[in-house]
Amino acid sequence: MTKKSEIKKGDPETTGHSWDGIEEFNNPLPRWWVWVFYATIVWGVIYTIAYPAWPLVNSATAGVMGWSTRANVAAEIAAAEEANAAINERLASVELASIADDAELSTYAVSAGSAVFKTWCAQCHGSGAAGAKGYPNLLDDAWLWGGDIENIHYTISHGIRNEDDPDARYSEMPAFGRDELLSGEEIDQVVNYVMSLSGEPQDASLVEAGAEVFSYNCAACHGEDAQGDNLQGAPNLADAIWLYGGDYDTIHNTVYYSRFGVMPPWSEEASPAGRLSEAEIRAVATYVHQLGGGE
Amino acid sequence: MSNYIKLIALGLVALFSMMAINYARDVAYMVHAIIILLVSGGLFIWTLRKTDEPVTSVDLSGEYMDGVVRAGVIATALWGVVGFLAGVFIAFQLAFPELNFEWAQGYANFGRLRPLHTSAVIFAFGGNALIATSFYVVQRTSAARLWGGNLAWFVFWGYQLFIVLAATGYLLGATQSKEYAEPEWYVDLWLTVVWVAYLAVFLGTIIRRKEPHIYVANWFYLSFIVTVAMLHVVNNMSIPVSIWGSRSVQVMSGVQDAMTQWWYGHNAVGFFLTAGFLGMMYYFIPKQAERPVFSYKLSIIHFWALIFIYIWAGPHHLHYTALPDWASTLGMVFSVVLWMPSWGGMINGLMTLSGAWDKLRTDPIIRMMVISVGFYGMSTFEGPMMSIRAVNSLSHYTDWTIGHVHSGALGWNGMITFGALYFLTPVLWKRERLYSLSLVSWHFWLATIGIVLYAASMWVTGIMEGLMWREVDANGFLVNSFADTVAAKFPMYVVRGLGGVLFLAGAVIMVYNLWMTVRKAPAKEASLSVAVPAE
Repeated sequence: MTKKSEIKKGDPETTGHSWDGIEEFNNPLPRWWVWVFYATIVWGVIYTIAYPAWPLVNSATAGVMGWSTRANVAAEIAAAEEANAAINERLASVELASIADDAELSTYAVSAGSAVFKTWCAQCHGSGAAGAKGYPNLLDDAWLWGGDIENIHYTISHGIRNEDDPDARYSEMPAFGRDELLSGEEIDQVVNYVMSLSGEPQDASLVEAGAEVFSYNCAACHGEDAQGDNLQGAPNLADAIWLYGGDYDTIHNTVYYSRFGVMPPWSEEASPAGRLSEAEIRAVATYVHQLGGGE
Repeated sequence: MSNYIKLIALGLVALFSMMAINYARDVAYMVHAIIILLVSGGLFIWTLRKTDEPVTSVDLSGEYMDGVVRAGVIATALWGVVGFLAGVFIAFQLAFPELNFEWAQGYANFGRLRPLHTSAVIFAFGGNALIATSFYVVQRTSAARLWGGNLAWFVFWGYQLFIVLAATGYLLGATQSKEYAEPEWYVDLWLTVVWVAYLAVFLGTIIRRKEPHIYVANWFYLSFIVTVAMLHVVNNMSIPVSIWGSRSVQVMSGVQDAMTQWWYGHNAVGFFLTAGFLGMMYYFIPKQAERPVFSYKLSIIHFWALIFIYIWAGPHHLHYTALPDWASTLGMVFSVVLWMPSWGGMINGLMTLSGAWDKLRTDPIIRMMVISVGFYGMSTFEGPMMSIRAVNSLSHYTDWTIGHVHSGALGWNGMITFGALYFLTPVLWKRERLYSLSLVSWHFWLATIGIVLYAASMWVTGIMEGLMWREVDANGFLVNSFADTVAAKFPMYVVRGLGGVLFLAGAVIMVYNLWMTVRKAPAKEASLSVAVPAE
């Protein structure tokens, strides 16, 4: 009733068992299979003698090769630091402005700075440094706190509006709406004025009134001509480059609630974890400076 | 009398779940309590209607219990399509992040759907395939009806409830964040109950067998059931924050927890996806080929070698981490030694066909089984190779791992399951044959090309990504950022998604073919479901 395995002429012996028609040949283990299996076992024994392997009561065998992942990685880091020690020292001690003129030093700084940037800066500024909403584009020549090498170096070392570093860059725009410094009508006017500086205002009839509101309330920081002020991190409002957005709603939000963008400090003294060495900060400053907008 | 006990128990469960709904501390827990209330309430009413009705008792002990296997075949096919669909969707989410829709954030974004996919294919599709085929195989090769009466049905429905609780939990954010062991504490407890019942049914049937020896497929199934029970209990040891909430705290922490997790994770592959499916292979290949198993000796030796060695290989998932070097070395050595024991199954599968190679031309089901064993052999070579520390330092955390897993899962587990479903459906529904063999051929080619696209694209991106991560310039500085590697992988992500579409299309064709077999294929005259020992 149950279909049985077909046995053909020349087939080997079966074991005589049968389950639901399934039988089994009594073939020996394939020789090559046995030998490869033995070989892997022999290799395994040798390997566990050579490398750390067998657990003991409070420790484990260390292996006769003296191999250890922690020692290996420590050696690799030490070797890399050793190889770059001289040039790092030079990078950390020369005049900042002179780095660009020293071909060897600037090549090194750009490649080191690019690695630092990809590790620590790309999360906010993007891996290509083009920035994102609230995080400045570092490729263009619009700078909030200055784009020469000294200023970039300072910003990276101390950060912006953070609580970790007393020397952090600091300024604060008033929340004109929330704190009732301006009426709703005045905010509407000044937003239209700001929009008129770099594009079409939403309502052209308000621009003139807005200009007056601007000169009383905004010009102190952003300047009479709205060109901004790098000493206070006050953005240029006339260049059509926007950190948070240049549409009516976004600018209205900015004026109403203000903005408070924060960047952490990276220097060894200021950041609790001591994240970047002086050489690394100078490297990444050089990298950012040469991206296109450096002054 | 037993109905009264059942009514009391179901009533208490329903009452408790009502309290749980009231006191629930999170949405997932509340939804689960509602599901349990509906299930226990429905069962209460059903049991009540049966109580004190006259029972016509029929002696079924001489017949195989095939109803639960039929249900398992249906569940396997349906969960398979659901799991593959989820996989295709998340593959495209990786290629096109816009598919993480804003309106579905927190429910259908990649992070929520990824465990849904893995659990659907491993536990819902694979698990149902294992339960159904093991119930079929153990009856046929023991010439005995399943032990425990309706306990087998409890295993089937209890397992489906586990799947529903796990899946809804993932979407609602109830997870203990352990890969392949995501369900929270009460779902784990429930699965433990179901699994013990499964072990009892399987072991009870083997003990009642009318054959003198236990067939090799049953050794594999039994090792799978026993080991998974052990893995599941140890890895899920946790303390609930509250009995009214889904959150829990793991008993172990740090590297101990990580090691336990990968001891579990690797042996979920070893005993769920390898040993269990080898059980399937050992029955369905000789049956479909109608040839004796190649070597009895080889089956004994490779079985014991496989289960002894597999259990030690887990640490290779944690190379170059906080895991001590000695554990990492042992994991690697055992993984390499595991190579031949794994290949023993491949040799026995392929060589069983020697003398019947001509069937490859005429029988697409055999072709499916052969390619399944082929993928098994390939991934059990690739696995030991990737466990070698030097290789792992390149491959780990890259898509190479994803490709490796899928050549095993789609190729080996998927194809052998499809073969088993094609074998079982005509037998279980007493049909002469399948509705269409040419549709099986279509399924075979779609699935095979799909797997090749999947595996090849993941090898390419995996190795590319690994090389990009370690690329340094002359001064020793890293050249690429992580986002650079993500951007570089885009084309291969699209290829991978297309491979998934082909595989899914094949599975949909299979479901249609099986459905039409039940509906339209000519019925078979004689019944095969009487338990008679073969010799």
